[in-house]
Amino acid sequence: MSNSMLTTEAAVNGPVTTTVMSMQQALNRALDEVLAENPKALIFGEDCGRLGGVFRITDGLQAKHGEQRVFDTPLAESGILGMSVGLAMAGFHPIPEVQFDGFAYPAINQIVCQMARMNYRSRGTMPMPITLRVPSFGGIRAPEHHGESLEALFAHVPGLKVVSPSNPHEAYHLLKYAATRPDPVIFMEPKSRYWQKGEVDTASHDPAGGSPTGAKVMREGRHLTLVAWGAMVARCLQVAELAAEDGIDVEVLDLRWLKPIDAAALAVSVRKTRRAVVVHEAPLTSGLGAEVAQLITQGCFDTLKAPVERVTGFDVPYPSGDLEDEYIPNIDRILFGIQRVLEYKRG
Amino acid sequence: MDTLPVAAGDAADPLTPAQLRELYSLMVAVRHLDASAIAWQRQGIIPGYAPELGQEAAQVGSGYAVDTTRDFVFPTYREMGVARTMGVDMVAYMATHKASWHGGLYDPVKSRLAPIQAVVAGSVLHAVGWAHGQTLAGAADGKLGVALTYFGDGASSQGDVHEALNFAAVMKAPVVFFVQNNGWAISVPTERQVAGGSVAARAAGYGMPALQIDGDDVVAVVEATRRAFAHARAGNGPVLIEAMTYRRGPHSTSDDPGRYRSLDEERDGAGADPLERFRQRLLAEGIADEAFFAEALAAAKAEEELIRTGIQGLDSRPGTEMFDLVFQETTPVLQGQATNWREESEHV
Repeated sequence: MSNSMLTTEAAVNGPVTTTVMSMQQALNRALDEVLAENPKALIFGEDCGRLGGVFRITDGLQAKHGEQRVFDTPLAESGILGMSVGLAMAGFHPIPEVQFDGFAYPAINQIVCQMARMNYRSRGTMPMPITLRVPSFGGIRAPEHHGESLEALFAHVPGLKVVSPSNPHEAYHLLKYAATRPDPVIFMEPKSRYWQKGEVDTASHDPAGGSPTGAKVMREGRHLTLVAWGAMVARCLQVAELAAEDGIDVEVLDLRWLKPIDAAALAVSVRKTRRAVVVHEAPLTSGLGAEVAQLITQGCFDTLKAPVERVTGFDVPYPSGDLEDEYIPNIDRILFGIQRVLEYKRG
Repeated sequence: MDTLPVAAGDAADPLTPAQLRELYSLMVAVRHLDASAIAWQRQGIIPGYAPELGQEAAQVGSGYAVDTTRDFVFPTYREMGVARTMGVDMVAYMATHKASWHGGLYDPVKSRLAPIQAVVAGSVLHAVGWAHGQTLAGAADGKLGVALTYFGDGASSQGDVHEALNFAAVMKAPVVFFVQNNGWAISVPTERQVAGGSVAARAAGYGMPALQIDGDDVVAVVEATRRAFAHARAGNGPVLIEAMTYRRGPHSTSDDPGRYRSLDEERDGAGADPLERFRQRLLAEGIADEAFFAEALAAAKAEEELIRTGIQGLDSRPGTEMFDLVFQETTPVLQGQATNWREESEHV
């Protein structure tokens, strides 16, 4: 995409690998490189060919890589996922797109009963190297079913892995990593962050250290840990800045992988801060926050100063745009969550 | 119904006497093994089985058209006859009914038979994806590998079948959709299951050629499947075959057909036994004699005995496989669960 630019800059200033781009551009570039590096990689779904996807994540990829590598399918999500399973059986590396999270529901049978199980059912002889891209979560005032948080549902299914990037740099590296794995990965793109720009260091896979499947500390802090993923990471970083004004030093941990969850990183952070608040957009009950809270309890029970708090969406169908800001954890609600753990007194 | 252009070349060659005798031997082997599997269930050797009595011609005839060097077959749970015809290791195949492993213990990649599938219509879309992969990869000799996918009149009600037919037709994927219309979706008869008269009639809506054939005539099944394969292999896109047959037995060894059909209805619906029909034909045409039939049955009995011994000799799978086969790249959580399981099960 910007190879020529990199070469020119490198000639003048030495190797420059950091570029400012939006998450949409970062994802687009990652897909472009995956297609170039892996001749078996295929991108397909609804409108992702000529249009470049409704969010333009696959913009220009069909023109560059051809109609065989990047193509439009009929409008049928089960068909898209079922076809992915067959293509994986034939030795391809499908990177299908479900246009919006709510439209993953019609494909649940193919995702849960087929894609997630074929490696097991075939005793490892039919790996499913499928990266399912799902524009996820809310925050864009979209119509019904165009904003959902399905991470707990996906994470609960044996045979699936789940990841969500929080910024352009993470988006670029996590997608490139996910799209080279031999197992099915649900790649949940926070659609409200598609147009936010940030620095992407294309050379460094993980400047903050840790494994590609690890969580990542996005801000160091001493008083408590905010655990988040996807779009909520940026909001938690905002909250941390505000809390700092009151002398509260918040650490922000980007979980990145929602399955497997990096329990060790959770323990390291919370053993340091001794308090934790999990923040997610999905409904509270049986949400991933409960899993995170349990992992923290297990790893840090002896040092915890307060029970782990959760600040989440509510147990209601995802609301219309008018009520969206009430539903998604906002700064105030997260601050109240912080206050609850800081002021907790043992009874 | 026959809307498939007549193929030239191999597909049009008549079956030789030796091939006809081979088909009979296969049908006898399948009939005998099928009946035996029900007996094994009654004897407690296997916990359950999905019989296919009456569908031998449909299964053997269609499976006979498969070229295992380039084609791939997507079964459900009632395609034992197809598996046997393709030369799949039958102990490994029957292991799924022994409850050893969902999907069986055979190697699906080497045998060209996808793992046994319990979701009806689940694998119909896989066939389309696999077939589209053949188009993308191309074939050096211009002859594509073909996906052969099996489903029934009941599964034809599922949305995935419609999505698969549409995808395959739009993409011109080399797929042969082989419908065994055996008259029953467990207890619901075809007339209460299939709108529009037949499954084959629906193909027209997708611009797809279709054949509705006598699924109890093994020669007709071989010929139709070969024609469909030739069509798809040459890059002309998918074909639907609806083989009209009859499930003479129960849906499974847990089913009681007496609750939804009488013996008279069964007799009327089933018509002539496909195996007996073929035997009479071979006799009438002088292609085989009683000695050959006796020999074929003896071979089937010997084979069944070997398979039964193999099944009885199968040990339970080691528990580690439960954890090891979920992913290609395992996760720390799963490793932890495996470790706990190992420690706790050793202390029982």
